[in-house]
Amino acid sequence: MTLEGYTQERVNIHLDTGKIEKGSITEEFCTNWIGGYGFGAKVLWDELKPGTDPLSPDNILVWAIGPYPGTFLPTSSKYGLFAKSPLTGLFGLSISSGSIAQQARRAGHNLIVFYGKAEEPVYIMFDDGDIQILPCKEIDLWGKGAWTSDEILKEHFHDSRLSVAAIGPAGEKLSKIGCVTNDRNRQAGRTGMGCVMGSKNLKALCFRGTKSIKVADPKKFYVLGKDFVKRAIGTATAKYRDYGTPSGLASYNDMGMLGNYNFREGYFDKMDKFTGQWLDENLVVKKVACSQCPIACDHLAKVPKDHPLWAGAVGSMDIENIYSLGSNCGHDDWYAIIKAITLCDDLGMDTISAGTTVAFAMECFEKGIIKKEDVGYDLSFGDGEAVVKMIEEMGNRSSKIGDILSDGSRAAAKKLGGDAMKYSMQVKGLEFPMFDIRGMSCFAVGASVSIRGACHLRNGAYGLDAKGKFDRFTYDKPLERGKAIKVVEDEYGVIDSLIICKFTRGIYADKQDHCDIYKAVTGYDMTPKKLMLDGEAIHNLAKCFNIREGATKADDYPPERFFTEAPTRGPAKGVTLKKAGYTKVLEGYYEARGWDKEGVPTDETLKRLGLDFVIGKLKGGKK
Amino acid sequence: MPRHEFIVVDPDKCIGCELCETVCSFVHDGEFNPLHSRIKRVRIEPLINIALSCQKCEDPDCVNACPQKALEKSEKDGSILVDEDKCSGCAFCIRACPFGAISMSTETGKVLICDLCESTEYEEPQCIEFCPREAISLRTVDQVGDEKRIDAVKRLLTELLAGSK
Repeated sequence: MTLEGYTQERVNIHLDTGKIEKGSITEEFCTNWIGGYGFGAKVLWDELKPGTDPLSPDNILVWAIGPYPGTFLPTSSKYGLFAKSPLTGLFGLSISSGSIAQQARRAGHNLIVFYGKAEEPVYIMFDDGDIQILPCKEIDLWGKGAWTSDEILKEHFHDSRLSVAAIGPAGEKLSKIGCVTNDRNRQAGRTGMGCVMGSKNLKALCFRGTKSIKVADPKKFYVLGKDFVKRAIGTATAKYRDYGTPSGLASYNDMGMLGNYNFREGYFDKMDKFTGQWLDENLVVKKVACSQCPIACDHLAKVPKDHPLWAGAVGSMDIENIYSLGSNCGHDDWYAIIKAITLCDDLGMDTISAGTTVAFAMECFEKGIIKKEDVGYDLSFGDGEAVVKMIEEMGNRSSKIGDILSDGSRAAAKKLGGDAMKYSMQVKGLEFPMFDIRGMSCFAVGASVSIRGACHLRNGAYGLDAKGKFDRFTYDKPLERGKAIKVVEDEYGVIDSLIICKFTRGIYADKQDHCDIYKAVTGYDMTPKKLMLDGEAIHNLAKCFNIREGATKADDYPPERFFTEAPTRGPAKGVTLKKAGYTKVLEGYYEARGWDKEGVPTDETLKRLGLDFVIGKLKGGKK
Repeated sequence: MPRHEFIVVDPDKCIGCELCETVCSFVHDGEFNPLHSRIKRVRIEPLINIALSCQKCEDPDCVNACPQKALEKSEKDGSILVDEDKCSGCAFCIRACPFGAISMSTETGKVLICDLCESTEYEEPQCIEFCPREAISLRTVDQVGDEKRIDAVKRLLTELLAGSK
């Protein structure tokens, strides 16, 4: 049986032999695993040998979309990349937007799986159903920045609308925080998917699709889709449109949640101009959107033309990269932040991990673990120019310290030795997003149980603290907290599989809304119950992947600093996380999920979720 | 001479979301395909975004260029009408249009030109209806000129007033 929305085609690309196989995926596979995250989790569970070295040719890279790209459903043009992460050694997951997904969908693609390693650097052109693996050397692509690669490929194929997802020098040089850049400002940023592409000698994916896309019920789709477009320009998304995500700088700082000085503090001391409003009124020159997005959260800020160092640089501003490359490095120099963002995007490094790793290095510098003679200049908190310099050295691995930092803070701390690991602010190896979790007893757990490492996007548990759903300084009602985290996490599992942008999560009144549009597109009668069960199963399967790779309860704890060092200012002054309380909420979460006290799904839970095939396979891997 | 309204896009408001393209192809053909859209988004990185559609030129180069005489400017609303029986898909019109506002169907090989949604079941042009920034509107040349003049004078006076302080 066929569904609309999905192409139900799967392509396997063997980079070592150049063999390309086309097969199909069943209706059942589509409706159970939905797309994106679900497809990635299922393929990696089924096919990746436990204990595989993430940088070896045996790692598998999955590219997947859901049923919506190509339609005008708001924020429908999203794709995901999945592999064993070289940064965490666990489930790697990264999602990006822009033009890729809709173009690829018109070319007929739904699920593409890359195996092996190409003998020489290659890029792949998906020209509708015609797929060609082409050598980089013919167009001198290897070594180029992601932005330049995009330009070269568009010109080479005489198509200004060609969709290109490329790695930069960071990915080529196997930076473990290497990302994949498309449409200039959109990145599959986290967990080192650019590094995996680099390890496969895979420089870029180009998509050109000319085929028209049908939906199951065009009349219904028009009515529902138009309503969602209107809702997406309503109040639910206003903050993303007006001052953009940077609007959170002031509001989260007021709650003592804005990470700064490598998370020594959660209340920043340089807030005069460090707000979304100031940025919008003074430096933002244009707001642009991904394909099919009415919101346009991509706020572009420009360095003035008389700036001595970075004149004319245009960067895509987001609260996360402003925190990581700005406040977390102890400075409020907007021009340095803009320039550092452009470098990360072009060199192909995750801005969150890159900035937070520089912040780690600044603290190591302050503590004498990194010395001035190692760096050649003062790598001090508060120095925006030093951030820019170090980002460039990391992306190119062009200096001794830059080379060490290029693999993220955990790997760097291991190399630097001494007390360095104390200053590596990550969970499972993935650097922290913006939130100081000391006064966030729900999100402390939410960020730490995240299957890809410290992350705000696997469950929106920060909302439980910020909106006061629970007392954010205490640990009462552990099971209720656990249930609340689980509900959002399952929902995000669905959103990341469909895939739509989390910025539109507020335009869906309830799960039935999701089911209605899913049915209008695919023709399949999805129910809220099944949809949420799918989300839960997908999340559990990714968790099982991590367990099979050797993850334990200890990997669900945040860095020691949050338990032992209190901020000296702001609303969370004097507050640390309490280990006993934290563990109580963590175990409440495990219980809510139907996992045992060590965080392993019980056989009963696996059966309830249709994951019988996992039973008996949760041992044997090594990290 | 009657004044006809045509599609005008404000590049300051346009966010480059491509919704206009997607909905255009959908309401005309029941399928999504920006290649079949009668309005085209243009992005020049990093800052320029706009969409272009038929400007309903008074003396249209496309009509003049067509060797099959398949194009005709409608007296009623100024739209360029395509006679699909005559259109041979030679694409002379595409080359002649100074705005690149004409495209060709990948399925029929006939050219596609904005008809302000006249051929669809919808009353209003759907690109305008769907644009999330109200960047697309219908204007006559007189209105365009009028708005430009007002803008220019406002700008000029602001500069004058600022200078006199």
